[in-house]
Amino acid sequence: MQLTPEEQAMLDGKSGKAAQKAMQILVALGTIYEAERLIPITSVQVAGVSYDNLGEAGLQFLEELLAGGACTQVLTTLNPAGMDIENWRSLGIDEEFARNQMKVIDIFKRIGIIPTCTCTPYYCGNLPQFGQHIAWAESSAVCYANSVIGARTNREGGPGALAAALTGRTPNYGFHLSENRKPGLIVNVEADTLLTEVINTQWFGAWGKAIGKKLESISDTPVPFIRGISHATGEAMKSFCASLATYGGSALFYMEGITPEASQFDPPQESITISAKDIESAIASLNDTESSKIDFVSLGCPHLSITEIARVAQLLNGKRVKKEFWITTSRPVKQLADLAGYSQIIEGSGAKIAADTCCVVAPIKGRFHGMVTDSAKACFYAQGKHRFHTVFKPFDDVILEALQD
Amino acid sequence: MILTGRTIFPGVAEGDVILTKMGISFFGGVDPETGEIIEKGHELEGQSIANKILAFPTGKGSTVGSYTLYRLKANGVAPAAIINTRCEPITAVGCIIAEIPCIDKIPLEAIPLNAKLKVDAGKAIVEIMR
Repeated sequence: MQLTPEEQAMLDGKSGKAAQKAMQILVALGTIYEAERLIPITSVQVAGVSYDNLGEAGLQFLEELLAGGACTQVLTTLNPAGMDIENWRSLGIDEEFARNQMKVIDIFKRIGIIPTCTCTPYYCGNLPQFGQHIAWAESSAVCYANSVIGARTNREGGPGALAAALTGRTPNYGFHLSENRKPGLIVNVEADTLLTEVINTQWFGAWGKAIGKKLESISDTPVPFIRGISHATGEAMKSFCASLATYGGSALFYMEGITPEASQFDPPQESITISAKDIESAIASLNDTESSKIDFVSLGCPHLSITEIARVAQLLNGKRVKKEFWITTSRPVKQLADLAGYSQIIEGSGAKIAADTCCVVAPIKGRFHGMVTDSAKACFYAQGKHRFHTVFKPFDDVILEALQD
Repeated sequence: MILTGRTIFPGVAEGDVILTKMGISFFGGVDPETGEIIEKGHELEGQSIANKILAFPTGKGSTVGSYTLYRLKANGVAPAAIINTRCEPITAVGCIIAEIPCIDKIPLEAIPLNAKLKVDAGKAIVEIMR
């Protein structure tokens, strides 16, 4: 790989131990993927924040980086943590976990990372422009940045993203290169896409799963060029990205007439069809218990937008919830909800707004029996990582479920 | 006999090989306290990779596996070196942060099961001593 004199100096340790380690990581990744050089990036999203995933080893590594003079070179934001950093007690998080989690966040902050603690950085001041090179971790945000925004990123792991933040660079391979962004397969969605819900995140999650499952079975997963969906809100796309990345491993897709880069390519030759039956079976697989067994209600995977929180407040106004109900979002969006008066309405109903965290990364394994959600991604982690059963419903119906005995 | 590959992280090590044709997931597949392979059904299940020269085709699983390699090293039970057919980012990044010599593009079928190896990852060579 060709390095500039400045990059070579970092690799030789002239900018400190942490920058050297970061440069070693980038050079190794560049070598493995046969990148010719490093390119400058404009922002980073770092994952690997929850102490539940990071553990003592991850914490030690971060401490070592900090001691080695680690300092971010570009705008860098952070993925969700394992708890609400202010309100963790009410979520039933134990003291020791909270102490370790705060240590992790404190180190990230001292490195220069803004502790947004969200999987939706694009709602919190980290919104790239079309065509910009970025280095993001968090599979749903990577898919959103590449597809919905048209920025360019690979799907980074935790240390790879961190290395990019500490140097302001990433190896030039994969989705940074135009030739690798070409669509490889037309996906025709044969579904009733005339949706009547106010917030139709559930349908887009179901389509994401049905398409993702089909793509996963094809070797060298092609970039899909999706046809048949006529309109989509930002929230619907957020849900779709999370689901497609979870079930298909996709980091980039095109949706004809909707995503900005779609019109730049000729549609590919080969095509597959996602039938109404494929979608029905995707929905069926996300339901493995009955409504009567639900003891946990969850909205906010990915983190809710202010529009979605407004809808929650509208439906909970003057009512009492009967079940443990977590509404997960970023702290900046929670602060908007405070300003708008939505938080007071929601919390007045007995539901909990959990900022900084989510039901994927919080340490809640085995704590509940059945979870109801509108998120296909949340179902995957609830069933696998947390050993919950799940019920998959439209956004409004999830809220109504919380009000049932 | 000397095999030549590609440097992932430099360093020198000498020792007995532990060889598998299966991929390894460090996160969830290796006990970070003991260095024992704990993945159910793995052909090395129950065996320790601690201080051996670990040879396997390629890594798999969660990216958190990089931190597991770091933890193995901190506990003194990391492999002395890693040899891959094709190194992927989880193992590569793990070796860099834990400072474990690592080399790839080595044909594993050329390595006998009970071999004693000398690895010079910086020079990208593996010497079969026995």
